[in-house]
Amino acid sequence: MISRRTFTAAALALGFGQRCALAQSYAGMNSSAEGFATVVPGRLFSFPADLGPHPDYRIEWWYVTANLTDATGKAYGSQWTLFRLALKPGAPQQGWAYQQIWMGHAAVTRADLHRFSATFARGGVGQAGVDANPFHAWIDSWDMRGIDGMDAMKIAPLALSASGKDFSYALRLDADHALVLQGDAGYSRKSEHEQASYYYSQPFFKAAGRLTIDDKPVEVTGLAWMDREWSSQPLAPDQSGWDWLALHLKTGEKLMLYRIRQTDGRNYRTGNWISADGKPQQIPPAGIRMTPTATTEIGTRKLPTTWRIEIPAHGMAIECTALNAKSWMGIRSSPYWEGPINFSGSHAGVGYLEMTGY
Amino acid sequence: MTGVGWILTVLLSHWRRHPMQLATLLIGLISATALWSGVQALNQQARTSYDRAAATFGGARVPMLVARRGTSLPQQIFVDLRRAGWPVSPMLEGRLQIGGRSYRLLGIEPITLPVEVGAAAAIGKTDLQSFIIPPGQTLVAPETLSELDLPEGATPEASDGTRLPPLRKVPQMAPGVLVVDIGIAQNLLHRPNEISRLLVGKAKGPQARLESVAGDRLRLVPADSETDLERLTDSFHLNLTAFGLLSFFVGLFIVNSAVGLAFEQRLPMLRTLRACGVSARKLNVMLVLELVTLALLAGLIGLVFGYLIAAALLPDVAASLRGLYGAEIPGELTLKPQWWFAGLAISVIGALVAATASLLKAMRLSVLAIAQPQAWKQAQRRWLLLQAAGAAAVFAAAALLFWFGASLLSGFAVLAALLLGAALILPAMLEMVLSLGQRSTRQALATWFWADSRQQLSGLSVALRALFLALAVNVGVGTMVETFSHTFASWLDGRLAADVYINAADNTQADDIKAWLRLRPEVQAILPNARAETQLDGAPIEIVGLADHSTYRDHWALLQSVANAWARLRPGEAGFVSEQLARRLNLKLGDRIELPAPGGIWTLEVVGIYADYGNPKGEVTVNIAALLRHFPAIPQTRMGLRVAPAQIPALMTALQTRYGLNGRNLVDQATLKADLMGIFNRTFAVTAALNAFTLGVAGIALLTSLLTLANSRLPQLAPLWAIGITRRHLASIELLKTMSVALITTLLALPLGLCVAWCLIAIVNVKAFGWRLPFAVFPLQLMELVAVAMLAALAAALVPAIKLARMQPASLIKIFADER
Repeated sequence: MISRRTFTAAALALGFGQRCALAQSYAGMNSSAEGFATVVPGRLFSFPADLGPHPDYRIEWWYVTANLTDATGKAYGSQWTLFRLALKPGAPQQGWAYQQIWMGHAAVTRADLHRFSATFARGGVGQAGVDANPFHAWIDSWDMRGIDGMDAMKIAPLALSASGKDFSYALRLDADHALVLQGDAGYSRKSEHEQASYYYSQPFFKAAGRLTIDDKPVEVTGLAWMDREWSSQPLAPDQSGWDWLALHLKTGEKLMLYRIRQTDGRNYRTGNWISADGKPQQIPPAGIRMTPTATTEIGTRKLPTTWRIEIPAHGMAIECTALNAKSWMGIRSSPYWEGPINFSGSHAGVGYLEMTGY
Repeated sequence: MTGVGWILTVLLSHWRRHPMQLATLLIGLISATALWSGVQALNQQARTSYDRAAATFGGARVPMLVARRGTSLPQQIFVDLRRAGWPVSPMLEGRLQIGGRSYRLLGIEPITLPVEVGAAAAIGKTDLQSFIIPPGQTLVAPETLSELDLPEGATPEASDGTRLPPLRKVPQMAPGVLVVDIGIAQNLLHRPNEISRLLVGKAKGPQARLESVAGDRLRLVPADSETDLERLTDSFHLNLTAFGLLSFFVGLFIVNSAVGLAFEQRLPMLRTLRACGVSARKLNVMLVLELVTLALLAGLIGLVFGYLIAAALLPDVAASLRGLYGAEIPGELTLKPQWWFAGLAISVIGALVAATASLLKAMRLSVLAIAQPQAWKQAQRRWLLLQAAGAAAVFAAAALLFWFGASLLSGFAVLAALLLGAALILPAMLEMVLSLGQRSTRQALATWFWADSRQQLSGLSVALRALFLALAVNVGVGTMVETFSHTFASWLDGRLAADVYINAADNTQADDIKAWLRLRPEVQAILPNARAETQLDGAPIEIVGLADHSTYRDHWALLQSVANAWARLRPGEAGFVSEQLARRLNLKLGDRIELPAPGGIWTLEVVGIYADYGNPKGEVTVNIAALLRHFPAIPQTRMGLRVAPAQIPALMTALQTRYGLNGRNLVDQATLKADLMGIFNRTFAVTAALNAFTLGVAGIALLTSLLTLANSRLPQLAPLWAIGITRRHLASIELLKTMSVALITTLLALPLGLCVAWCLIAIVNVKAFGWRLPFAVFPLQLMELVAVAMLAALAAALVPAIKLARMQPASLIKIFADER
């Protein structure tokens, strides 16, 4: 899953690059990371400090997706993402000389529509940033902040808001379980080599709030998932993209899965089965089968928007279907697919699917 | 050979027998296309540079938020607005002295910069990281790089000792502007956490009310569809275009007469072709085809000439635009493919329009019709009446436009209507003069002279009209330019009252120089002055601070002023405004203006209005001490000196050696005056050149008309020869006739030209530049023009006259043999 964000960041940065001449060498997440801190196993996490930014590492993100329904049972999805990208290693400079750039993405999805927005900011002057304590992440008017004496281990409660030209939302996120360290105690491998990231999640959010599309507000409730990840070189040069899933099972269990596609046709697969009380259990690559079963054409691209997922060790065999097969984040030159899904079969529930590199 | 081939051969054989006619046709088309495309190329070149300038100025194309009071804003307001949903991008602007020259420094924030600004593309090609992270980069136009005489990557030093980031050449940038990251600009200008304005991008979502974020500190300036430069220079381009059009029409007159004659002469041939069984349709298609081919050929040649004309005029156009509007136009001509297509198209369309009448005639040609001599007099009478009625209508339209129009465009429309009406009424007026002449004579030959002149009118009228219009415009523009040049010269005399001008590198050096000068006995007065830039009513203006000294009181002429105006400046609560500014904001004596200054609003009472020719910006003049109180940060490096004339060279040499001042920052009055006059002479050099071209084309039109008429007039002349008038005598009568018609035309053109001049001075100049000149007539110049026109007419009439004088008697006898 780490790679998913990573790649998104890469893609975003690339698009950003086209807009602002960010050289591809800095945008490409699979390029070398000289001068930046490297991700090594055995790091001790500490909260709330690790809610904040880690400027020694090249990229980092705060990523929240939510599966929501209104009073009539109609399904929605929402996305809130803040990326940090360091242009140059070294201690952070003051003011405009600060060498970090921020990017925000927000989206809402319904079966019949998908709206998204993107924004960019320099760090150092207050237009965007993240404070660990009290927790506050922001870019322009988009906001995520701890409220009501937030519990750092639960990262809750949170107030989350974003808006675009024709949509906006404001959600309150509560959680009754602590955050979960992914991979090996937060060390998440991204390839068979040393590509890796630090990665933790809060998959237990309950969301409630208001979503407005075309000036029509609707009250919604549902489940949300936060990913926090940072690294300096999370992708190997031969890795081209990934398919990533975050699933809320009806049983209260959570499942995170990804496969990183390699140019040699092989995939690097990883999964994490999280029990309803928050105990993670790594799933080895051989124990995961991810099979695309149908594709959707978006422009000239073909994306697998329905998947068959099998994890024999947990007796899982499910079919995943996108709520809206056209959940396309058409951000200039760094487009990707990200949207809510439903699944049924041995298990049922909702979740989010992200596909990049298509 | 196919039928089509035969028809073509027959048609083209005409041109082989009449090469002069072919030449005339081609010359007409070539000159029309050349002048038109030349002017278009100049306009295109200038517009491209404005786009370039706009790309870096980033001003007018997007809405802006500016300070309601003062000249800068705290940076925090940018963050606050972004946090409230406003898609704003900060910009800091200031001036930086490098090597004694002042540059405009623009600090931008490339990441939030709205895409619509256009600079994003220019920045986009550079590496974002190296642009924003110190040391950063200084983006400059290639012209600026060569002006600084530095290679890419050099780090020039500003006058205060700070070093600029490495220079980087960006071809799309405007000359004279340095673009750096906003953070770097804040350091270079010593304005930490300050911004000049905020550019507003397209809304991406709901945004809070402006007042709820920034109180009443900000004012929203809406976007302009045009840039400042485009708006400012519109008049100049309209001017050029008007001349291009005029020349084009004069060229078409030539084509019209050549095509008309060729068709007339080919009528028997066409009839024969029709009689041989060629369908009317086929014949017409062939005629059009022939014309289009000729037009394309001429168009290509015309484009080459157009390019040459544009290339020759470009330096003057560039100088004019720089002098008048501060617009930087690169000196190298670049043309788009559209220009070539447009040029060819205009040639073909022009040829077809000019030939419409002839083509229609050929189309309706009846196989059996024979050449019937028309009852010309009756036809001509009706024709004259019709045109006079048309002229009356056009004059009425001009009067209406004059009363109700307010824009520059309506000014030009008045001019166009005036010229069109005059052109229409010209034959009627000539007819009137000629019939007066005819009535006043008894002698047979003289009566014939006048009557024949009248009969010739319809044939010559097109060429005469060309001459008439060209002359009128020449008189008009000539008078305007002369008026301007006189007014400007006497205005400069008053304005440049000091004898030596110094602009020191910095305040310390200025203080040193002043201290040193005070000890020099030949220096009668040191007059420090200073300039500040601010905005008034959304447009940039300059505030000039002058010392309180008799030099200014005695020399600086005020167009309007209250009593004791100069003394009123002293307390710092009153100022003079330039004529342009007064006109734009409709300011009168006693009105109050509010100038944003760093410390807050500075309210001034208008106590005087002065002429400020050639300044694109509005200007306010105040007492220097008051200016420095309100703008404490401006450099105090400028000063003027009153020096005994004999001592000037020695003093300047001393200043040069002692302080290393050069021609840029040390100049005497005479040199400065010459420079300024040079700029303003060049301003109208283009107008003068186009004027000359137009007159030349009109001369050609007259020549070709006479040449084509010469042949058709033989039936009229042969009987006179037969009754005993010698060829030589006939030729001199012909020459005299042409000259007298030309003279009458020229004399009629003079009053029209003065009307044109008045329109230019009282309507066009005021709208275009914001100043009104006193109207004056220059008789010498008018006489010169009459002489030039007569020379042109003589040159044109001489060839056919000589031909007639040397004509073989056999040719004349043949007239009686032909049935025609």
